[in-house]
Amino acid sequence: MSAVWLSLQVGLLAAVLGLLPAMALGYLLARKRFVGHGLLSAVVLVPMVLPPVVTGLLLLELVGRNTVLGGALASIGLPLSFSFGGAVLAALIVGLPLYVWSARAAFTAVDPRLEELAATLGAPPKAQLWRVTLPLALPGLAAGAVLAFARGLGEFGATAVLAGNIEGETRTISLAVYQLLEDPSASGVSLLVGASVLLSLGALLAFEALNRWQQKRLEQP
Amino acid sequence: MISVDLHLARGHHIAFESRAQRVGISGASGAGKSTLLRCIAGLESATGRVTLGERVLQDANTRVPVWERGVGWVPQDALLFPHLSVAENLRFGGGDASQALAIAKDLEIPHLMDRRPRALSGGERQRVALGRALLSEPKLLLLDEPFSALDAPLKARVISVLSDWLEKHDIPLLLVSHTPSDLVLCGEHQVASAAGFGPAA
Repeated sequence: MSAVWLSLQVGLLAAVLGLLPAMALGYLLARKRFVGHGLLSAVVLVPMVLPPVVTGLLLLELVGRNTVLGGALASIGLPLSFSFGGAVLAALIVGLPLYVWSARAAFTAVDPRLEELAATLGAPPKAQLWRVTLPLALPGLAAGAVLAFARGLGEFGATAVLAGNIEGETRTISLAVYQLLEDPSASGVSLLVGASVLLSLGALLAFEALNRWQQKRLEQP
Repeated sequence: MISVDLHLARGHHIAFESRAQRVGISGASGAGKSTLLRCIAGLESATGRVTLGERVLQDANTRVPVWERGVGWVPQDALLFPHLSVAENLRFGGGDASQALAIAKDLEIPHLMDRRPRALSGGERQRVALGRALLSEPKLLLLDEPFSALDAPLKARVISVLSDWLEKHDIPLLLVSHTPSDLVLCGEHQVASAAGFGPAA
């Protein structure tokens, strides 16, 4: 059962920690025009099409214990390879494309003239963001978080490479299922499969509901 | 006194100066009337000069940001914030609950205070947008076809409310409309017509 609990923690942390970067990137891609816009838009999607094992390997090259960054992080008590932190990072990166995509769609759906209107009513850019853009994009951002959570829940390849398969620390549902399949005498697979299906379905139902809320919120006659 | 001298996109140039408190602007569709209002509000960049009395809103060296211009803008489609109730929309730019209720009563929409914009008719939306602009205590009011969804008797009453308010608070008005009866609001005052528009010579 610890694998289910661990998966929930990893998925939740990935959704929470990914919120700011996903919002920033989504906003940038939806609202700003700049050199490299197309490139950034494509790069953000890379983890979605790259084999997760390769993503894991690249992350290992970047934050593994023998790298400058990884070594520094490990020395302050935040090792990102073969650790819980690594499992979260893997889930976050693999879930980020869906997250950014949802955030971008949420911001695109907000009529920029509403921000202009707020400006004529005396709201400077920060107030426009807090009083108009973010409240209107909120359901879409939440939908993105749910999607990132669901994707993080099922992460396997990148997690296995970057974080390994450590009982109680990085052995999430997917890794536990894989482990149990190796050992035909073991029991408990059906429990993990059931939990997995239920969690995914629940997340997608929430995603659907949030999308409807978003549409209703933006509705103008 | 309003003074405008702007080069809009597509070679359009408009210049006028008026001592009148209320200026009506008519002119063919596509002549750039709505764009003109957007430029004066600072929502679109056009080169040129806009002054309001002694105050320079824009010239070669200055460009006052939109949120500091104090310009009330009611676009043609009476844009409302869809996530806010009528009361919250009215108070977005300022004004307390009792002021909001007072203006709502004047505009005959006090029963709609808790409604969301999606549950309003076109005429109701126009009045909410108008009330919201007035409550923000603008130094200049820009109205773009603001009464198009109101029936004649209601329109007459709204025009009279608006007229009293502008006089009481000493707010100059720029009104874009191609309905002659709307321009009554600008009375005897100067009406800049389509003559001011067109490609720069």
